[in-house]
Amino acid sequence: MSPADSNARPLRILVCIKQVPKAQELQVDPVTQTLKRVGVPSEINPPDANALEIALTLKDRHAAEVVVLSMGPTSFDESLERAVAMGADRAVLLTDRILGGSDTVPTAYALSETIQKIGGYDLILTGEETTDASTGHVGPGIAGHLDLPQITYVSEVRIVDGTVRARRTAEDGTEWWQTAMPSLCTVNFGCNKPRSPTLTGKIRVKRGGVIAHWSCADVGIDPKKVGLLNSPTIVAKVDTIRLPPRAGHIFSGEPKETVRALLEALIRDRVIAP
Amino acid sequence: MTDGHGLEDKSHFRGVWVFLEGRAGHLRDVSTQLIGEGRRLADLRGTPLTGILPGKGVDALAEQAIGYGLDRVIVVDDPILEIYRSRPYAQVMAQLIRRHKPEIVLFGASKNGRDLGGRLHAILETGLAADCVKFDIDAEGNLDMIRPSFGGKSLAHILCKKHRPQMASVRRNVFVAPPHNPERRGEIVREVVELSPQDADATLLEFEEFTKEGGLRPEEADIVVSGGYGLADPKNFALLQELADRLGGAIAASRKAVDSGWVPKTLQVGQTGMTVRPKLYIAVGISGAVQHLAGMQEAEKILVINIDPKAPLFEIADYGIVGDLFEIVPELVRQLDALKGGDASDRRAVPAEAR
Ligand SMILES: Cc1cc2nc3c(=O)[nH]c(=O)nc-3n(C[C@H](O)[C@H](O)[C@H](O)COP(=O)(O)OP(=O)(O)OC[C@H]3O[C@@H](n4cnc5c(N)ncnc54)[C@H](O)[C@@H]3O)c2cc1C
Ligand SMILES: Nc1ncnc2c1ncn2[C@@H]1O[C@H](COP(=O)(O)O)[C@@H](O)[C@H]1O
Repeated sequence: MSPADSNARPLRILVCIKQVPKAQELQVDPVTQTLKRVGVPSEINPPDANALEIALTLKDRHAAEVVVLSMGPTSFDESLERAVAMGADRAVLLTDRILGGSDTVPTAYALSETIQKIGGYDLILTGEETTDASTGHVGPGIAGHLDLPQITYVSEVRIVDGTVRARRTAEDGTEWWQTAMPSLCTVNFGCNKPRSPTLTGKIRVKRGGVIAHWSCADVGIDPKKVGLLNSPTIVAKVDTIRLPPRAGHIFSGEPKETVRALLEALIRDRVIAP
Repeated sequence: MTDGHGLEDKSHFRGVWVFLEGRAGHLRDVSTQLIGEGRRLADLRGTPLTGILPGKGVDALAEQAIGYGLDRVIVVDDPILEIYRSRPYAQVMAQLIRRHKPEIVLFGASKNGRDLGGRLHAILETGLAADCVKFDIDAEGNLDMIRPSFGGKSLAHILCKKHRPQMASVRRNVFVAPPHNPERRGEIVREVVELSPQDADATLLEFEEFTKEGGLRPEEADIVVSGGYGLADPKNFALLQELADRLGGAIAASRKAVDSGWVPKTLQVGQTGMTVRPKLYIAVGISGAVQHLAGMQEAEKILVINIDPKAPLFEIADYGIVGDLFEIVPELVRQLDALKGGDASDRRAVPAEAR
């Protein structure tokens, strides 16, 4: 996995992808207080699609191999197939009932083991965070497990002379970092425009054999380290927020009139001074 | 590497720690806010409050930190720690935690705080709750870590019952920084952590600071005029500026407007930007994605200007105009000027006590 090896074989880039319910459709079931997932259309977690786009751009430039991987139920095949149709070479789904309810500690562990089983990687990309869990802990967690350099919140990745250069959005400015390979970057949402699936890609998916399903036993994952019971954190309860009702004075019509009505209301309600 | 540390007998773990971040000789506000909340939790647990400060030549910062309410600061001084890097910082934190076994460790939910916490919790195999907005101690003495979930539609109570330390990151501007007391005395402890030059596994090649507009900051303004992708072009932010000027307000933006390069990142409102709680939030050409709501739904009043009557933001609007912003905003400016002959200075939000 040294830069020298990368001359001998193509670079291998792994992209961690999670399938999430479409953000706009996120709703809490009023009875069970859990996220309604049934019947909600899914998508690739948006920042993960940006990560994939970075990988595919590097593939175009360096003839890299792009492998997407995910941990979840077989319904995640939908997103993995989309990723392959967009241009990824193949996909791995770690799927096993014992993984259910895993928090970020087992998730990072199980993905790390899967990554080691795939092997031969030079660069790992994840999204900055998911839209359903929004922790952003899994990417750095994987880097911690695998003891890799990590650069978080990146918008651009270049491979220069066998090193990774990445542009990071920090608190006070943008930074360019350089690390040896292999390393891990987490990618900013919206930093590029993910490409659409191509016809050739769709045909490859249709022919089959692009997604491998692995169980924990296949990978050698310790069952005592995954799942709900082996997750350090639990969600003890969820309170629905009752936001105070808003007045909802909505004006529509001719601009002069609506603006006049609005200003009257704002002054009447003493939101702005007359 | 992992060592299953989290499963050790939890009764050995004691004390509250806060990870301190400094910049240009000052503590970041998220760190001073953490000290305030850390103090409260330490007092509830009857344990000391310790700040952890890795860096190079940070003694003055350690002194400063004590004044906000710490009992002690652990300083790790090493040239490798001069700038933040994931591996050596995680290394330092992991070793200190193994050495001293704190019960609770808090981080700011800043970029670096999340970067560090995410790596560390996997190394220590313990629980980490992101972006917390509130804490409690439950009947069994566990830290109840409360964070928004489902795009801010609810609050989840996260417990880490068996593993120690219990770790959490905290959103900026949720807690109030305590006043600084220069008289306060505390201990400064210097500790050494084995680091090798190879631990500096990333090189910072370039840094370009975000431009800071001289004007009023959105976090501090009573009225915030925020623009989204509907503005279509960066030059149209001038329109919003005119409106903001009339109202004595500040400009802000959605992430899509920021990502388009129209306004600086420092003006972004939302989940991955700042939280604002103005008296009046005016959203212009912003649809109202959950990540945006996370940064503004606590505004006292919300005014929405959007051409699409189905824009989700209308659902939480106090006032709204369905219409083309390119007609509405100039008309608003005109009518505001007409109301007071162009003098804008006193058409600010009405102070709370006058309402
Ligand atoms: C991990 C993650 C983190 C995120 N963090 C944030 C965050 O911190 N902050 C944030 O804001 N977003 C965040 N987002 C993005 C968020 O999901 C939305 O994509 C974003 O908020 C949309 O911005 P917008 O409303 O400006 O654009 P759009 O959704 O494109 O909306 C534009 C609006 O303008 C209106 N419009 C168009 N033309 C006109 C006109 N002439 N007059 C009036 N109205 C008009 C349209 O009707 C539309 O409602 C995040 C996303 C992810 C995945
Ligand atoms: N189940 C999963 N399968 C694959 N990748 C994941 C999974 N969960 C999280 N990730 C990756 O980790 C990133 C951060 O996720 P999170 O920590 O859940 O916010 C995501 O953007 C993904 O790239």
